[in-house]
Amino acid sequence: MKISKLIISFISAAVILLSTSVVSFAKVVGDKIVLGAAISLTGKYSSNGVHTQNGYNMAVDRINSMGGVKVGGKTYKFDIIYYDDESNPKRAAQLAERLISQDGVEFMLGPYSSGLTKAIAPVTEKYGVPMVEANGASRSLFTKGYKYLFAVLAPANLYLDVAIDLAVEKNNGKGVTVAMAFEQDAFSQDVRLGVLDAIKRTGSKKVIDDKLPKELNDMAATLVKVKQMKPDVLVVSGHTKGALTAIRQISEMKVDVPMLAMTHCDAAKLSKQHGKNSQYALCASQWHKTLTYKDDFFKDGMTYDADFTKEFGYAPPYQAAESSAALLVFKDAFERANSFDQKKVRDALAATNMQTFYGNIKFAEGGQNVDKPMVLFQVMCDDGGKCENKVVAPTKWASAKLIHPIPSWSQR
Amino acid sequence: MDFMVFQYPMISVQACLDGILLGILFALIAYGMALQWGVMNIINIAQGDLVILGGYIAYFMYLYGIHPAWGVIVSPIIMFFVGIAIYKLVINKVVDRDLFISILATFGISILFMQLMNFAFGADVVLANSDYGTTMLFNSNVVLPNSKIFSAFISILFAICLVIYMKKSKLGRAIRATAQNARAAKILGVDTEKVYAATFGINAALCGVAGALISITFTIHPYMGLPYTIRSFMIVIVAGLGNLPGVAMSGMGLGVFEEFADYILGTEFRIGSVFLLLVLILVYRRFKLSRKREYLK
Repeated sequence: MKISKLIISFISAAVILLSTSVVSFAKVVGDKIVLGAAISLTGKYSSNGVHTQNGYNMAVDRINSMGGVKVGGKTYKFDIIYYDDESNPKRAAQLAERLISQDGVEFMLGPYSSGLTKAIAPVTEKYGVPMVEANGASRSLFTKGYKYLFAVLAPANLYLDVAIDLAVEKNNGKGVTVAMAFEQDAFSQDVRLGVLDAIKRTGSKKVIDDKLPKELNDMAATLVKVKQMKPDVLVVSGHTKGALTAIRQISEMKVDVPMLAMTHCDAAKLSKQHGKNSQYALCASQWHKTLTYKDDFFKDGMTYDADFTKEFGYAPPYQAAESSAALLVFKDAFERANSFDQKKVRDALAATNMQTFYGNIKFAEGGQNVDKPMVLFQVMCDDGGKCENKVVAPTKWASAKLIHPIPSWSQR
Repeated sequence: MDFMVFQYPMISVQACLDGILLGILFALIAYGMALQWGVMNIINIAQGDLVILGGYIAYFMYLYGIHPAWGVIVSPIIMFFVGIAIYKLVINKVVDRDLFISILATFGISILFMQLMNFAFGADVVLANSDYGTTMLFNSNVVLPNSKIFSAFISILFAICLVIYMKKSKLGRAIRATAQNARAAKILGVDTEKVYAATFGINAALCGVAGALISITFTIHPYMGLPYTIRSFMIVIVAGLGNLPGVAMSGMGLGVFEEFADYILGTEFRIGSVFLLLVLILVYRRFKLSRKREYLK
């Protein structure tokens, strides 16, 4: 009795195993190019995961409705298989494995965050699946010699070095003193390395170098030091938490610093949550709607902003814009490769040199985009307390003049 | 190593005051934990998640245009019933069991709460602005955000009210009796089931107050609960159960210690130094205990 049960369960297990491995989709089904993506729809990255998905979907709809992708004289449409990685790197790697070996996906889009991209990249690399990612900026992604990884965004070490350059420029080319507070995670530490490079390059001096804990919600100690040392620039990077905590405590403790530069102000909805207290903060951003880059699908940043807002009911953060750009890169590469051969598509991707509404895209050896500088915007508020982000650097795209130094709290 | 804190005396004052204000808030959460640990012998891993949930209540009031300070009244009321519901659904099934089972059960509740909050409120970091301004002391060399002073004041107020309630009211006495000896209390006619439910409810209410205060002074996020659990756990271990002055003192001491560690060793060693302190205290206690035992022999 027991043995027969055992045999039955073995047979059924084998049948299930076979049925899942035999029935696999091809990369291109009929007139569809199937892309795979593991995205954080739940868990701690879920808000940015949804921005990423919306960005992908927006671009898929747009490209499909404007004629699709032309390969070998035939027109194809994009389709994406999504899985929810629950913001968990292990799960993301499993899902990448599943997308490739079970669903037969031969081209991948990236997940949200550097951590998850790091988990997926070894898998796509192992199977030789080209992946265009739009949300993993950590420098370590681009130093591992990955051949099939391409990132449309600028790497993390470039986020805030622009700010140091700007401060030096304002100081008549002389070095400045810099206070740094960075969270202890891969991304923020990469940003820190970039700032350190900039400090060295410009002959500046670091006076505070604090590493903030992951469960950061109090940086009063760092700010007291800042009050004492009076640096020319304060640089903070600790995701949304860091940005919100910094502004709250800087305003409460009345810390006066001539320049304050941060990351993740967009995602933190800084000006919305803090209003006038966030005024004058400089924020590093991958993209801003007022930049004048153009393409045939989304026209320019302003149009993208309007279309996205119409479709999803909120203004697109840069995470959405860069995700849309990833699809434009894929379309361009497929058409230039004129084939669905993974090797050929990979080579076409590597040779990408194009402009999208999001910025110029050209990949370096390591896969990072080297043709798109970061922009810095400054939070500026009118007398009514309505705040807006205005691009102040690089000068080429500046829509407003940098306010420097930041007026002291007693004068505000 | 950075000894700036000793070079500029005002920084020491600042660090002490910051630490004390922070410590009082932690002590409030720890007191709730000590209470239900003492009465029910349950270590509540979900303590921090209850705090965060309380914070969200204040945050939503703030979103709807009500000043978040009212959260310190509304949040404990809602959280009291949340606490009773958790007790009725889960805790009453593990209350007489092994400590390990209760840790597992509350750990499960913690995960559930994190995911539910993430699902319901989203994964964004949020905060409620009180616009309370800042107090400047010593020729504006020491700055204290009024929101922190407010938090400490409210925490003390609630702690005092609770102590009086425990001493004077019928339920308070029943709770204390149950903590001393549950079986004896039962024999003498105390409805221990009701006492347990009330204790868990009171603990959740305290978490609600603390959460509302945290949304005003710091930030809240669905996954930020665990550090609060760990800190209150430590305070309770240091202070012992059923010892409110001890909890308050060890809370403040821990706060000050943390601030100084931050200045001297650097922010990256802040949490680490707290754990080191915990280990030292446990070793010291064990050492003291073993000496006592020898003496008794």
